[in-house]
Amino acid sequence: MNKMETMTGAKALMMAMEKEGVKQVFGIPGGANLPMYDEFARCNIRHILARHEQSAAHMADGFGRVSRKPGVCFATSGPGATNILTGLATAQADSSPMIAVTGQVPVAMIGKDAFQESDIIGMSNPVVKYAFQPRTAGEVPEAVRKGFYIAETGRPGPVLIDIPKDVQQNEAEMTFPDEFKIQGYHPWTDPDIVACEKAIDMLLNSEKPIILAGGGTIISSAFAELQAIAETLMLPVVTTFKGKGAFPETHPLSLGPIGMHGHAEANKMMTEADCVLAIGTRFSDRSVGTFEAFEKRLKIIHMDVDPAEIGKNQTAQVAVVGDVKVSLRIMIKLLLQRAIKKTDETPWVKHVKETKAYWKENLKLHPGEMGAAKILRKLRELLPKESIITTEVGQHQMWASLFYDVIQPGTFFSSTGLGTMGWGFPASIGAKVARPDVPVVDIAGDGSFAMTENSLATAVLEDIPVIVFILNNYTLGMVAQWQRTFYDRRMIGVDQQHCPDYVKLAESYGAQGIRAQSMDELDKAIKAALSSDVATVIDIPIDPEEDVLPFVAPGTSLADMILPS
Amino acid sequence: MWAILSIVVENKPGILFKITHLFRSRNFNIDSISVGVTENPAYSRMTITTFGDEKQVAQIVKQLDKMIDTIEVKHLDEHKTVYRELSLFKIKISNASDSMEINKLANAYGGKIHDVKKESLMVELTATPDQIKAFEELIQPFGILDVARTGVAALQRSGS
Repeated sequence: MNKMETMTGAKALMMAMEKEGVKQVFGIPGGANLPMYDEFARCNIRHILARHEQSAAHMADGFGRVSRKPGVCFATSGPGATNILTGLATAQADSSPMIAVTGQVPVAMIGKDAFQESDIIGMSNPVVKYAFQPRTAGEVPEAVRKGFYIAETGRPGPVLIDIPKDVQQNEAEMTFPDEFKIQGYHPWTDPDIVACEKAIDMLLNSEKPIILAGGGTIISSAFAELQAIAETLMLPVVTTFKGKGAFPETHPLSLGPIGMHGHAEANKMMTEADCVLAIGTRFSDRSVGTFEAFEKRLKIIHMDVDPAEIGKNQTAQVAVVGDVKVSLRIMIKLLLQRAIKKTDETPWVKHVKETKAYWKENLKLHPGEMGAAKILRKLRELLPKESIITTEVGQHQMWASLFYDVIQPGTFFSSTGLGTMGWGFPASIGAKVARPDVPVVDIAGDGSFAMTENSLATAVLEDIPVIVFILNNYTLGMVAQWQRTFYDRRMIGVDQQHCPDYVKLAESYGAQGIRAQSMDELDKAIKAALSSDVATVIDIPIDPEEDVLPFVAPGTSLADMILPS
Repeated sequence: MWAILSIVVENKPGILFKITHLFRSRNFNIDSISVGVTENPAYSRMTITTFGDEKQVAQIVKQLDKMIDTIEVKHLDEHKTVYRELSLFKIKISNASDSMEINKLANAYGGKIHDVKKESLMVELTATPDQIKAFEELIQPFGILDVARTGVAALQRSGS
């Protein structure tokens, strides 16, 4: 416990955040958060002005996923607060650590339908990990300390701190607690060693074992452990889409993501496997197709930090609750003790490698020069392996999943759970703030980019040179694909009619805008973007009729995958 | 399956909202709910009864347990639990013999009579939900004017 000091709630907020190591806040000021904004004049925290509170939240989310420390966003009360709801829901769906601080009307005005009052505590309840509303200034430091602890421990998530204006303004004797207790919160469980032992036996006794690595593997940064298990037991590795890049996709044992738009070889091998080591995944419907078809065939070993995930969507034969990095380390230790190290290629692994080679060779791609696969492979070829990718949501996102191989684990981020269009660009800004030393590229579609493109002002004015890579079919492409596939080509509400011109749009913000209509132009554009010190938008017109394939239609199983004809 | 859940929570404003919201957002129904402070004024005990198969009940218990405001969550075995609900029935009296009949039924169920008027009387009955249901069926013919029920309160028997 530090010594007491008298100060306002707003100052205590900033001091408490400095103690948490916060270096920047993404946000927008307004009437109810002016006292905390005034403190930026007197502290060492940088303010990065967003152009919409939703984007501020996505920036904080992007920062949090890359740095694995909570990103912070500020918004005022009322509409400022409601605007961050999508950002909170996105972070919650993808277990991203985040702190959102909202202004609120003064305590005495709460419940009076005051100007710019919204019950953000009530509204945000299902989409936050926890929420605080300090009612006196003296409660602020503890709310911040607990908020950060909750956001970043166990299964991470967003925490809201809603501070009434008078609580920001009032002075109190402040203590900044080092130690605190949250009685009902137990973020970590020690993994059960017996269960780890059982998991090993089950994998050893299976003919066709496979690893399914989910987003939890990335959150826990269990990359080395995952690779060690895969190599020691010679296990092929598929991932969920959120787990994409948990394992180097250039590794001989890698098959890439499974799911609705999974790699053909990954979906095929997943449907042939007889035992799965599922690491940090909630078995989302988009990953496994129909739940019943999945669990009927398979012995499932499920590792997760969240005990509520065990048995939620799939019934596991062996469950290991705990941080997956710790669980995997226990398994590695047990394998060492038992001197287990597979060196011979099993018939299963041989079959997996043949299948992979077949699909690498035989998956039919768009025949044109500017097909999605060619564009994304060109991007991969020119980007350094440590580059960070974010994506928007739609066809481009799934093409990125199919054709952009992640080489360095933990460098690919997407709104996978909530599927929030407009996430990728502001998230790339947050990512670049976390890692200014590496190129950050938002693989975008025109529909998604249009939703948060005004973050270009932030990227340019705050000197955050990210690259927006638009696969532009001037269509809400994924919706159009479903209309072509399931609605007899009745195209409703999807045509963007070549509006706007993204090169001119970029230039109007002071960013670099480049249109690339051939592979040669694309090559030059990517190189120009990589050497630019200002944000760059690369606009790449593509065929609006190109579909994302393979495709597992909703409500079907992975075995029913539709392939390009 | 009918399940009794006993949940100890921090005694703070807004927790009841969060618990009921969790049931709604996870697609569960609350059959009954009762809330009261425990021997330690820092905590409240919520007793919630719900329906679901074994897997569903296990899932809601885990989701409740995950909540930061819950201190303890138990799925009680009804055979090792004392559980009761208080109910009040306002019953119509059409002729003189009704009053006697209702009195007899109430006595048989351990109920108490209140508010005896010419045209109605009230029965207070503390029992298990099954017993209350049985009593309700028996008094149905007289005409039930109003019912109020508290929801189940439950405690595990010692040693179980």
